[in-house]
Amino acid sequence: MLAAYGPPRASSHGTLAPMRIDSFAFLPRSFRPLFEKPPRLPGHEAPVWAPFAKRLAEAKVALLTSAGLYVSATQAPFDGEREKREPTWGDPSWRALPADVATAELGMMHLHLNPADVLADHDIALPTTRLAELVQGGVVGASTRRHFSVMGFQQAGLEAWRSETAPGIAAALREEGADGIVLAPA
Amino acid sequence: MPVLARELESRGLPTVLVTPMPDGAEHLLAPRIVGVEFPFGHPFGRPGDRATQRRVLETALTVLAGAAAPGTRVDLDLAWPEPRGVAYKSWQPAEPSPIVALMLARQKRS
Repeated sequence: MLAAYGPPRASSHGTLAPMRIDSFAFLPRSFRPLFEKPPRLPGHEAPVWAPFAKRLAEAKVALLTSAGLYVSATQAPFDGEREKREPTWGDPSWRALPADVATAELGMMHLHLNPADVLADHDIALPTTRLAELVQGGVVGASTRRHFSVMGFQQAGLEAWRSETAPGIAAALREEGADGIVLAPA
Repeated sequence: MPVLARELESRGLPTVLVTPMPDGAEHLLAPRIVGVEFPFGHPFGRPGDRATQRRVLETALTVLAGAAAPGTRVDLDLAWPEPRGVAYKSWQPAEPSPIVALMLARQKRS
């Protein structure tokens, strides 16, 4: 078991001091005040918790990225054109991507990032291939058949994430039988 | 993204968030957090660097399955292999995003 963040606890076996990375290492200095103490949404003032009930080797895991990935042959890109017209708006829709999707099949719509590295190897944002390897090696029970993609910039649209995006993705995750989700903001 | 993690968690779905900004995720009370000191857009490492991608994913899965209470945070002690100045620039888009362009225009006016 991993202990929750807090002061190191003494035990007869000693303590492991947590190391802390610099959360602002790659952020322009002028952006820092925006991200140091982001405002909490109403109703998000207390911890939430869903216990992870299974052994990892028996669990089904899903991945979710906010890199704005979509299957370019069959899905519409996220709406960057509206964001250009309304700079505080972000597209709250989501896409389901096949677990065996190839990098070459993916498009990326995200106006806040250079897409070159993700489009060279999508595993840096959505590690579908690494997860498949862990399933093959017996570390993880299974991968869901689909993984999920959103577009990360939602500064003014968090309410839409609560009322539309999250319920839609949660329903899809339940359909998939996911026991846990690895989320990675892009 | 911490908001989405909380919304899924509150619907009974356990989550772990892999993020370059774990301080913010902790402030927003994301249930399980893995911090990576990597440039934006690269939460699992560099293209083709399978070893790092795998290490980050395995750490995330360990935290997902093993965390005992909300607020569990594990930061990975991995240094980004490129010089800070290069990585700082290379993740950013060729043109400022619409919100950044708007902020810059406002700064110029004031």
